[in-house]
Parts: sequence; C-alpha cells; structure tokens
Amino acid sequence: MNFTFKDKRISGILGVVPARERSFVEEMKNFNFPESRSLKLKEVMGYDKRRLVEPGVCVSDLSVFGLQHLFDRGLLARDEIDALILVTQSPDYFMPPTSNVIQGRLGLKQDMMCMDINQACAGFVIGLIQAFMLLEQESIRKVVLINADVLSRKTSPKDRNIYPLIGDAASITVIERDTRNCAIQASLKMDGTRNEALMIPAGGMRLPSTAETAVLENVGDNNLRAKDHLLMDGSAIFNFVQLEVPPLIEGLLTRAGLPIDSIDYFLCHQPNRFMLQKLADKMKVPYAKMPNNVVERFGNGGSTTIPLAITLNLSDKLKSEQEMQTCLAGFGGGLVWAAMLIRLGRLTCCEIIEYP
Amino acid sequence: MKSLPEILKEIRPEFDFTTSNNFMEDGMLDSFDMVTLVSTLDKTYDISIQGTDIVPENFQNLQTIEALLRKCGVQL
Repeated sequence: MNFTFKDKRISGILGVVPARERSFVEEMKNFNFPESRSLKLKEVMGYDKRRLVEPGVCVSDLSVFGLQHLFDRGLLARDEIDALILVTQSPDYFMPPTSNVIQGRLGLKQDMMCMDINQACAGFVIGLIQAFMLLEQESIRKVVLINADVLSRKTSPKDRNIYPLIGDAASITVIERDTRNCAIQASLKMDGTRNEALMIPAGGMRLPSTAETAVLENVGDNNLRAKDHLLMDGSAIFNFVQLEVPPLIEGLLTRAGLPIDSIDYFLCHQPNRFMLQKLADKMKVPYAKMPNNVVERFGNGGSTTIPLAITLNLSDKLKSEQEMQTCLAGFGGGLVWAAMLIRLGRLTCCEIIEYP
Repeated sequence: MKSLPEILKEIRPEFDFTTSNNFMEDGMLDSFDMVTLVSTLDKTYDISIQGTDIVPENFQNLQTIEALLRKCGVQL
C-alpha cells in the first residue's frame, strides 16, 4: 500500500530513556551459556548497554515526563495539541487508552483526539502515516506522536533470544502543517499469517495470565521463558527482514524517482547490529549512511529506535536550516514492514533526555 | 588462513565438526552460533554472506557451508 502526503513536516523529536542502565557483561551470568560464547555474541550483535525502567514505571510516566519537558522549555504548548497518537505494545491498562491517561495527567484540552495504536517496530512509520492523515482535517493543525514501550517488564531474564536486546524508551514527535510543497511518500505491507513470530502468548483474552502461564519452560537452546513473556522467533524475523525490506525500499525509491545515493540517511529500526549490517550490505548502502548504534547504547526499544537514531546521531544537523533527505524503515511484529521518504531539518527540538 | 573446521572449533571447542552431517540436529550449532559463524566467515574471507542465505540448510555440515562460500566467490 502506497501513501503520498504534502504540506506536512516533523518539527521536533524528543527521546526519553530511563536513567537506569544495565550492561550485557553484568547480565550474561543469567544465561545458561559459557561466558566465551556470550562475549562472541556481544561483539556480533552489538549488545552492550541498555536502559530499563524501574519496576512499576509505565508508558504514561515516560510520556508525561517528556511532554512536560517540552512544555517547560516553551517548545510545545498544551493547547496546540489537536491530536495525541500513542504507539505502544505495553499500555498502562487494557482500558482506558493510555493516550487518554496521558491527556488527563497533563490537563490537555478536551477538544482534541486521543488514540492508541497497538503496533510494534514499524510503529514510528505507521504513527507518522496516521498523523499525516489526521492533519488533512481542517480542525487538526498539530499532532503529537508518542512511541513508547516498557517491554523489559515482559521478558524472561533466562531467555538469551530476547532479554539482552530489549530496552525501554519513549519518543515524542511533533508533526504539523508546512507551507512548502514537499512530498512525503510511504509504503506499507502487513502479513498477519506470520503473527506468531513475535508475540506475548498470555495475558490477553485468548490466554489470560494465570499461575501456569508464569511458569518458566525450557524453550530450546537452554533458554527459559514463560507464556507471559515476549517471544521472538529470531531466525524467522531475520529472514523476513532480509527478504522483504530491501524490495519495499527499492520500490519506494523508484516510485519517488530518487536514486539510492540521493538519500542522505537510512534511518532503520535497530533490532541488533548484525541484522542491520546485513540489510545495508544487501542494499549496498554504506554503513555511515545507516546509523547502527541505538541497540548498543539503549537496547531495542521497539518503535522508538528510529526516533532515537535520529536524535542520537543527527541532532546538530537537524537543528540547522539545512534539510536532509531521509528514508525511514520499520519492520517487526505483525508482521509489518514500512518505509517513508521524508525530508528532515529545521527541528526546534532534537535531543534525548533521561527519566527521571 | 584457518580451515573451516578450525573456525567452527573456535566457536564450539567441545565438538568435532568433521564427524557430523547435521550440525543443527546434532546440537553442535544453534541459531546464535550461526550468526557468530557468519560474522567470522565474512571477516576471514572478506565477503558478505547475504542475509537471505543465513538459513539452517546452508549450515548443516562442512559441505553445505563450503558450497555457500563458493557461492560468495571464495575459492576453496
């Protein structure tokens, strides 16, 4: 599915990461593997530091903290927000929507729209598509997109497949109308037949959480995981990304009439260093054009890795008047893969702050 | 340059890779070992094994890995 938008722009991005930092070296004793094998994995996958929330900290806490930061510095005004989109897989509650909780905690106006979107690692591109669609309405002039997850709380410390890579984070992206006629193009694909490759089996209505779903089971390769925990079929996800993402981006570039070397930066979701390097190799994109340092600094925070890659690597450049042509690409649970061509620059905010 | 069995032995020193016909089924390599192996082969032979080729079928035994290396232009 293809999308084209005009007269819209991203005007600011704020990353919010928990102050609590853990290191892979400290944690590898949890795994039932020799230290030497874990250290080899650290090198290849880029596992190093990651940020985790303290017990009890929720998505709305990170989000409210970040928005308050923007309000306090005059970078955003409460009454300007006409729509609040929250993309998360770890909401505070089944109901109400966590976006409404954030609205209430911050005292935002009633004349606005709040919505939660349950999407995974493609959630930044999907959230932007939704924001741009809302901005087609006369009554909506400014949209806040929040991407946030605290999925470390749903991972097994004894599961080497997933535990060392997950990080918690939030990002706040301000999207508004723009008078210049810059086209934004996006492509999106979904395949629900492969939905079990990334999932939390228990805790929903299909399989409610019980004492049984909390029991750790040996799921192979000496990994222990409960049905309450996040599971990832690493091989299936790896092959899905390598097979599906390059043609999606190539098709998008062809549709836009842009050669691949006209893209200043490819800002992709970052599951691990190895997967992104293989993606760059496949697309013949120089590593310098595809930042790959979010997982080693913060962990994989789902849909936050693209905005964190932007704020971590391009902050100085994007605050200047100069604009850059970027290609955003997200891929993951669903399965979903999505890409967007968008010019970035003239941002009023592009930074990362720590919570609390 | 190290031989393929030597490279495998560095990843899993406890196994003799010349005696198995299916490393995965025999529990000698898991998916993370496969990733470590690919990274080592890329560096050793100055190649980049394509992501779509990183599937268990290509890492079953010495012969399938050698076939993959030849596909990447390595002369063995």
